[in-house]
Amino acid sequence: MTDTLKIADKTFESRLFTGTGKFSSSQKMREAIIASKSELVTVALKRVEMHNESDDILVHLNENHINLLPNTSGVRTAKEAIFAAELAREALETNWVKLEIHPDPKYLLPDPIETLKAAEELVKKGFVVMPYIHADPVLCKRLEEVGVQCVMPLGAPIGSNKGLRTLEFLEIIIEQSTVPVIVDAGIGAPSHAAFAMELGADAVLVNTAIAVAQNPVEMGIAFKMAVEAGRLAYTAKLAPVKQHAEASSPLTSFLNE
Amino acid sequence: MSNFKDTFDSYDWDSLEKEIYAFTEADVRQVLAKDKISLTDFKALISPAAKPFIEQMAQRSQALTKKRFGNTIQMYIPMYLSNECQNICTYCGFSMTNKIKRKTLSDKEILEEVAHIKNLGYDHILLVTGEANRTVGVPYLKNAIQLIQKHFSNISIEVQPLHQEEYEELVAEGLYAVLVYQETYHKATYKTHHPKGRKSNFDYRLDTPDRLGKAGIHKIGIGALFGLEDWRVDSFYTALHLKYLQKTYWKTKYSISFPRLRPHQGEVQPKVEMTDTDLVQLICAYRLLDEDVELSMSTRESVNFRNNIINLGITSISAESKTNPGGYSVDPQSLEQFEISDERNTQEIIEMIKKGGYEVVWKDWDRSYTELA
Repeated sequence: MTDTLKIADKTFESRLFTGTGKFSSSQKMREAIIASKSELVTVALKRVEMHNESDDILVHLNENHINLLPNTSGVRTAKEAIFAAELAREALETNWVKLEIHPDPKYLLPDPIETLKAAEELVKKGFVVMPYIHADPVLCKRLEEVGVQCVMPLGAPIGSNKGLRTLEFLEIIIEQSTVPVIVDAGIGAPSHAAFAMELGADAVLVNTAIAVAQNPVEMGIAFKMAVEAGRLAYTAKLAPVKQHAEASSPLTSFLNE
Repeated sequence: MSNFKDTFDSYDWDSLEKEIYAFTEADVRQVLAKDKISLTDFKALISPAAKPFIEQMAQRSQALTKKRFGNTIQMYIPMYLSNECQNICTYCGFSMTNKIKRKTLSDKEILEEVAHIKNLGYDHILLVTGEANRTVGVPYLKNAIQLIQKHFSNISIEVQPLHQEEYEELVAEGLYAVLVYQETYHKATYKTHHPKGRKSNFDYRLDTPDRLGKAGIHKIGIGALFGLEDWRVDSFYTALHLKYLQKTYWKTKYSISFPRLRPHQGEVQPKVEMTDTDLVQLICAYRLLDEDVELSMSTRESVNFRNNIINLGITSISAESKTNPGGYSVDPQSLEQFEISDERNTQEIIEMIKKGGYEVVWKDWDRSYTELA
């Protein structure tokens, strides 16, 4: 398959990114992630013992094809995020970071101002920055300007499973972006993921919908298939949607008379 | 700047009580048909009329909890640092007038207890004291936090209410959360149970979460002690408090606890009994009101109750708790604040959680985040 996704120095066969939270056991998490064929897996720094090689989550993700993407969930400011990213770079030996700054612990909505500040600083420090943000087209352009390698706009609040509630803005972001667009948060069903891919998103990130499913392994597979189907539909170019039948041309037929 | 007292003063206990007891099954049915539960709806859900709907509420509570918190239960453990106290609280084993041996842990003893607790696997700790400002004031607490900091990712305290500046000082040392229960929101009853000591100041205690919010703490735990007054009205006030705090200090996380009066030295019988069914109804009602609030359950509750409650909305529990200073290793025989009910050890609780299909979460914070604050 040649339709790969490139972010910074890495090439991904799979356009499904996953998370590690909310599973009923680390073993279940591992099985679901492996079944999903995901190659980029985000892990909250606050949940792992960074300097402990036998950390339960990290041990279960020790696979060649799985790239760890540490996230800064829990920090409230740019300063804290930068500090956390540096700790992760040192302990987990990766310069990739999913930048999550949500000072609001209730809806976990990202702070655009702190995120932009931190992104700029982290790029300068040599990080591959994947910022979790509102579906705000202008913020996406501003982030591009400071050198982030992709943007991760939300479809709906994290963990809400509500689908692409920000559709109008996601479409603008996808249209305008010069870096990969990864729809993150809110994707609650494979159909949502397929829809995001059909719109032209470069990838999606799914966690809750897989972790909390009755059968996370099968759900991981379902998301894999949905993302592939959506992507294929996008590259195959969807037939246009017609609002009504085109039976005749009552307004312009006179031109042919 | 506003404080909760303004909101509190605009409500009247007796009218609330009347209102809560007047709901009908039809009212409850209407509330349960809604997607979003308001504070007014919450009253119906904690009313006697909601009792027949408890299974329906539990199902919904479980689904909401799983969506937000996943298949996980967080573990924490309390560590009592001192039982010295200058308050009289009629229901508490540490009450000033109780003739018990008083003890405050030394540095060496704190570290001995820590070693024992770390061995059990804990990474989130709750430090508890009575109120004895000369021996267990801010300098003592600050020292204790510094002492144990490198052993725990997450440190909470349940101690006497402090001033805003004092909280700021402790937050700077790496304090993550403060639990402070109003005990009861009924002013007169509060006075009866807290006749002497700094704790007898109802308003100062009521204002404590505000001071914590202003001090920029990461998490505030609130609640009422069930048994002192009608649990329904007290729970409405707690929910009111929660909603006020969430709006005002929006960067702070909140948790609710559900302590029921337990036997202890210097017995007071509960004025209003709260049954297991009542408590399940309340837990579910909180979850329906708020998808995100942490709901915490201590070892005060029985084995059977705790086995089942982790499915219904509770997100964090303790295990193997000792409620006496030095109880883990230094002085296991000293007097407890109250008797715990679930006496299983940590390993047994882990098994119980796993059997229920949940993962045990030991660490959900990183020390580096608080150190930086």
